[in-house]
Amino acid sequence: MKKSLICVSCPLGCPIEVEIENGEVISVSGNTCKRGDAYARAEITNPVRSLTTSIKVEDGCHPVVPVKSSGPVPKDKMFECMQVINSATVKAPVKIGDVVIKNILGLGVDIVATNCDCGK
Amino acid sequence: MLNYDLVVVGGGPAGMAAALAAKAEGVEKIVILERAETLGGILEQCIHTGFGLHYFGEELSGPEYAGRFIEQVEKTDIDVFTDTMVLNISENNVVTAVNNSEGLMQFQAIAVVLAMGCRERPRGALSIAGSRPAGIMTAGTAQKYVNIDGYMPGKKVVILGSGDIGLIMARRMTLEGAEVKVVCELMPYSGGLTRNIVQCLDDFGIPLRLSCTVVKTHGKERLEGVTIAKVDERLQPIPGTEEYIECDTLLLSVGLIPENELSKDVGVELDRVTSGPVVDEYRETVRPGIFACGNVLQVHDLVDYVTEESQIAGKGAADYIFGKKKGGAFINTKGIDGVRYIVPQRVNIEGEENLKLYFRVGQVYKGAKVVVECDGEILSSRKKVKLAPGEMENVVITPEMLKKMNKNSEIIVRVEE
Repeated sequence: MKKSLICVSCPLGCPIEVEIENGEVISVSGNTCKRGDAYARAEITNPVRSLTTSIKVEDGCHPVVPVKSSGPVPKDKMFECMQVINSATVKAPVKIGDVVIKNILGLGVDIVATNCDCGK
Repeated sequence: MLNYDLVVVGGGPAGMAAALAAKAEGVEKIVILERAETLGGILEQCIHTGFGLHYFGEELSGPEYAGRFIEQVEKTDIDVFTDTMVLNISENNVVTAVNNSEGLMQFQAIAVVLAMGCRERPRGALSIAGSRPAGIMTAGTAQKYVNIDGYMPGKKVVILGSGDIGLIMARRMTLEGAEVKVVCELMPYSGGLTRNIVQCLDDFGIPLRLSCTVVKTHGKERLEGVTIAKVDERLQPIPGTEEYIECDTLLLSVGLIPENELSKDVGVELDRVTSGPVVDEYRETVRPGIFACGNVLQVHDLVDYVTEESQIAGKGAADYIFGKKKGGAFINTKGIDGVRYIVPQRVNIEGEENLKLYFRVGQVYKGAKVVVECDGEILSSRKKVKLAPGEMENVVITPEMLKKMNKNSEIIVRVEE
């Protein structure tokens, strides 16, 4: 079976063809870099995405501060992650890179601040 | 009157990169004037990742990308005025600005870098029937509400326009619990990056309707729904194809317009296609000492290219300040046969370094060639898997190519199918 994908690893968006047999990836073509190969294989077996959102800040100069997942999370866990993040609050000051939620849902991925909020 | 070598108007990625590049060249007195309360520009609200892959070799969010430049600016003696609005640039490069603490200020500059970025096309620029209920806003406005102010502007959303901001906001609103019913695109192709269609729409099962537009809004106090319709080849709505969609929010992602009011006032010539200044390869406008870079010059799809362009402008401004700017014969560049525009519009044929001509095409091409020619001679011809209006392309002009040209030459870039 052949499957066509668009690589989302970078803005180039290479069209990739994956050949699958019995649920296993036989070959990947169309990618222009290694990341494309890895993306295509993951997309067939365990699709993942990096998650970016924001989290409430207490005593911040803004009501929220942006965060991202330190690594990709399984695609079907995105909304569960959102629930955890939206029910949490961090206290200012927050710096870029601060871990605001450790090991979310036990996925081995942290939620990290991507901007600073020095507080009021 | 405050005296500076270089005044940079705008403290987003373009302004910061230009200021830092000029500093690196040894320019002493530099000031950045920024309208918002912090440096960083629009990147501050672009909390998704995808920035910096080319420039830093890693995938950063907007605030992180901006943060790296803010940190560098803070390490230098570049002066920064935030919450400061530039009102005017005079013919002798006096920049007038105003803010709450200092009142009216005047900066005498040797060189000025215009880095004001761009604005979204508002509803008023479209002809959609209906009254003016709450709930209709640009995608960027919604992005600020959600990502900076922390509140959701609506629950049931229709998005008009499939530019990257619209696509990114489709995902963002969905993640925060809204239902994005459809993204309508007037053109037969999306204006956004393909990967954003995959990871922002397909991932969440949001339909993208091409050749489709919003013809009417419903609701008095608050938006209650929109009527969408298919359009024909001339982009006119086709009677009988109307469909009512219930929604409380309509996001518009229908194009960006470089913010050139200041440029026009000082007599900078604008390109009719880009709506940005006409510049030479050093990004100097037709007004001596006034440079332009970033989205005020041409709307970019990647901030990495903004940084690259702005460093050229910063270096150009430095050369101008030190009286080192190369003279020579400047010739025009021209895009034909599908190439909508080229930046820079003017090129010095005595240039000694490789230079890149950036351009966009007017429609989607598959397997077409990009041909560069001058005086009837083909200088380069490269086959491209795909060319799309949403993705900026470039061709390289080498000094060897330039040597063959004279002051009456014209560099032409075209698409050959």
